[in-house]
Amino acid sequence: MNSLILKTATRILFPTLLIFSIFLFLRGHNEPGGGFIGGLVGAAAFILFAVAYGTNVTKELLRMDPKIMVGLGLFLGAFSGIISMFAGDPFLTGQWLLPVVGGNELHIGTPLIFDIGVYLVVVGFTLAAIFALEEEEVE
Amino acid sequence: MLLSVIIIFVASLLAPFLHKALKGSTGWVLSLIPLGIFSWLLTFIPAVSSGEVIRESVTWVSYLGINLSFYLDGLSLLFGLIITGIGTFILIYGGGYLHGHPQISRFYLSILLFMGSMVGVVLADNIITMFIFWEMTSISSYLLIGFNHEKEDSRKSALQALLVTGSGGLAMLAGLILLSVITGTMEMSEMLNATGVAESPLYLGMLILVLIGCFTKSAQFPFHFWLPGAMAAPTPVSAYLHSATMVKAGVYLMARLNPVVGGTEIWFYLLTGFGAATMLFGAWLALCHTDLKKILAYTTVMALGTLTMLIGMGHEYAMKAAAVFLLAHSMYKGALFMIAGAIDHEAGTRDVKFLGGLRKLMPLSAAFAALAALSMAGVAPLFGFIGKELIYEAALTSYAFPMALIAIAVIANIAGVAASGIVAIKPFYGEEKETPKHAHEAPLSMWLGPAVLSVSSLVFGVLPFLIDGSLISKASAAIGGTPDLVFKLSLWHGVNAALILSIVTFLSGVGVFLIWEKIRDGAGLQGYARWIGQGPENGYQHTLDGMLAFAGLQTRFFQNGYLRYYLITILATTVLLLGYTLFNKTELVMSADFSQIYSYEWVLAVIIVISAFVALRAQSGLVAIAALGVMGYSIALIYVLFSAPDLAITQVLVETLTVILVALVLIHIPQFKVEAKTSSKVRDGLIAGGIGALVTVFTLALLQLDFDPFMSEYFAQNSYEIAYGRNIVNVILVDFRALDTLGEIVVIGVAGVGIFALIKLGKSLFGKEENA
Repeated sequence: MNSLILKTATRILFPTLLIFSIFLFLRGHNEPGGGFIGGLVGAAAFILFAVAYGTNVTKELLRMDPKIMVGLGLFLGAFSGIISMFAGDPFLTGQWLLPVVGGNELHIGTPLIFDIGVYLVVVGFTLAAIFALEEEEVE
Repeated sequence: MLLSVIIIFVASLLAPFLHKALKGSTGWVLSLIPLGIFSWLLTFIPAVSSGEVIRESVTWVSYLGINLSFYLDGLSLLFGLIITGIGTFILIYGGGYLHGHPQISRFYLSILLFMGSMVGVVLADNIITMFIFWEMTSISSYLLIGFNHEKEDSRKSALQALLVTGSGGLAMLAGLILLSVITGTMEMSEMLNATGVAESPLYLGMLILVLIGCFTKSAQFPFHFWLPGAMAAPTPVSAYLHSATMVKAGVYLMARLNPVVGGTEIWFYLLTGFGAATMLFGAWLALCHTDLKKILAYTTVMALGTLTMLIGMGHEYAMKAAAVFLLAHSMYKGALFMIAGAIDHEAGTRDVKFLGGLRKLMPLSAAFAALAALSMAGVAPLFGFIGKELIYEAALTSYAFPMALIAIAVIANIAGVAASGIVAIKPFYGEEKETPKHAHEAPLSMWLGPAVLSVSSLVFGVLPFLIDGSLISKASAAIGGTPDLVFKLSLWHGVNAALILSIVTFLSGVGVFLIWEKIRDGAGLQGYARWIGQGPENGYQHTLDGMLAFAGLQTRFFQNGYLRYYLITILATTVLLLGYTLFNKTELVMSADFSQIYSYEWVLAVIIVISAFVALRAQSGLVAIAALGVMGYSIALIYVLFSAPDLAITQVLVETLTVILVALVLIHIPQFKVEAKTSSKVRDGLIAGGIGALVTVFTLALLQLDFDPFMSEYFAQNSYEIAYGRNIVNVILVDFRALDTLGEIVVIGVAGVGIFALIKLGKSLFGKEENA
């Protein structure tokens, strides 16, 4: 698709969507959002970009094969579970670091790593499927 | 003891790298490891012969009672010495035999892996630990039989051996677990103190399962066929696994368990019966072949039958005979196999039809072959003679059927004597024959093993006091469960029935040997070979073919490759099973209360229904997918109304992405045309209607159930306190029930790989699929 309007709009929408996706991802801890939803928005951002500028440019932008992203996400998910086993807890028990930064307690723990894993799997899966279909279309 | 097993395993893993550095001398260097363990085991002889048992244990899976526990008594010591002692020479021999073979490092790796597992089998105390080592021997045996993997015959034999011993092993695992249920312990050393095992109602089942494992492993009739097949392995492997060690694992386990489960009538009949049959059949099958290794393989089958029979008899003579014969057989058979391999290696063939007069070219091999064969034939003063005398005395004093057993033993041993003659005389004496390779004496590495083993047969025969009071007595004591047993062995027992039988056996054996070339190809022996030798193997082959055919049939039926049939199967099964349970097993109460539904909820419901029908009647794919999108967004709105924002957001996003995905897919589908027949439309309609009705009923019925708020309250209370998050939905997803989520993302990942494979790899098939 070659549309100037879409391309121009994408230039603004793409970063906005990405930031929104990260916002949703981080917000998921206390408000609606999380890895799954954030991942879907992130994937939507890349799909929009792919529709406007083509698959190849998007792939370069992504810098990573979406299939590898899926694998990395699965690895992070499993890895975050294994961390707790070193602490003597059962697989996937949340382990937390609670540093106080500027008077606020930050909640950093293995569920965060796990959620990053979920995020990557969702983005990777969606993009892998869409890229594969898009390429097919070109031929 | 655990350490010795680990050392061998580590050596196994390092062997390929070692071979790169050491080249031709790898076998010599590696042989130091079994030699070291052999010497280390020797130091236990004084302790063990004074009646001590050495135990050690490392906790492994404590709540299942599985420990890495080891146990050293007379029996395991005897086996351990045989395994490491012969193993030392096998490594040296293998280095010579496979010299220059491109995959020799793989041989070292597999054979050391086997050695470690086998040492583990005989030293293990815990039955599960024992079982794991046991299966590892099967696997390493598979790798070794299939060593020449480019030959189809090798691969087939390897698989056959693995399937027979592996399926036997599974039966045995069940039997061992039953045994631990009966005795209440997983440790064999503790089982020895258990009483009343034979009175347990589980006894018979347990016994049969365990014996299936032992019989398959030790090649008892009718499972004997895999052992001659296993001769496809390189000769060092045959000499080691398939004569001296692995095939004796079944014998070992029967001997080990004899004090616990033996002594019953059924034990006697099963072991003595199958053992005697195996001994008789195996011995005469040896005479049907001209391949040296096949002949030796069948005499091994005979020896294994003999040992099984002896353990079954259960009296003191039989225990003595078992321990003596075990050692005697390992020594002479290991030596003979290595010599057969040397002949093959030097002369280029191991078929006795084409061999003769090698004595002048290979004088050392000829001499050691003669010594070993004399032991095998049971000629004084070799160690095999003592073994055979004891076998005869054991048969003569058997509680039941002594006459039948002695007759079988004598007839089998006549064939054994003839077979010894064939392997030791035919290749080396008589007229010189033209061989494919010009033969000369084997290198030192290849005659050292036979030399030591055959000379030991002579030494132990002449000087039995070297081992009788210590090693052999304690091994017999462990088999019989009579710890105080001590006895002396001697060559000369005076003129008694056993001696006369020995002489008869030897003379008849010589007679059979002399006429062997005439009767070998006769109808009698060849017909016998077809029935007894080939029959069970054909049975195995038919079973295997049948199973493969059935597997193919049911795979083609269930995995037919049509998505619509998969969907039909899944949905129809759901409707039937869920529907049946819902209507028959539960009291279905439905009371739909429509009064609390707001008007805008009605509007949404109507939109959903209308869009469903639009999708159904749509003439183009785009319309259908748009209608489904409307439906999805409406459902998202319902989530919003019922205050589930996470669900609503997810639903909206998934709907959006689905529309994009489907739009991309639609491009590839040629033209959205409905060409379905009325009958398939009716079928699809019924299934779709069924699932819709079912889910509706199910949901309404669910509302009538009392809702147990325990979990939701727990999550609500602890979400922030334990998991530091206020969004309960997300906390459940990534923390409380993260394992579920992990499962889900794995499914997503696998689905992604599947989609990718379908699109990228199935290109050629894409678009060919016709519409239903």
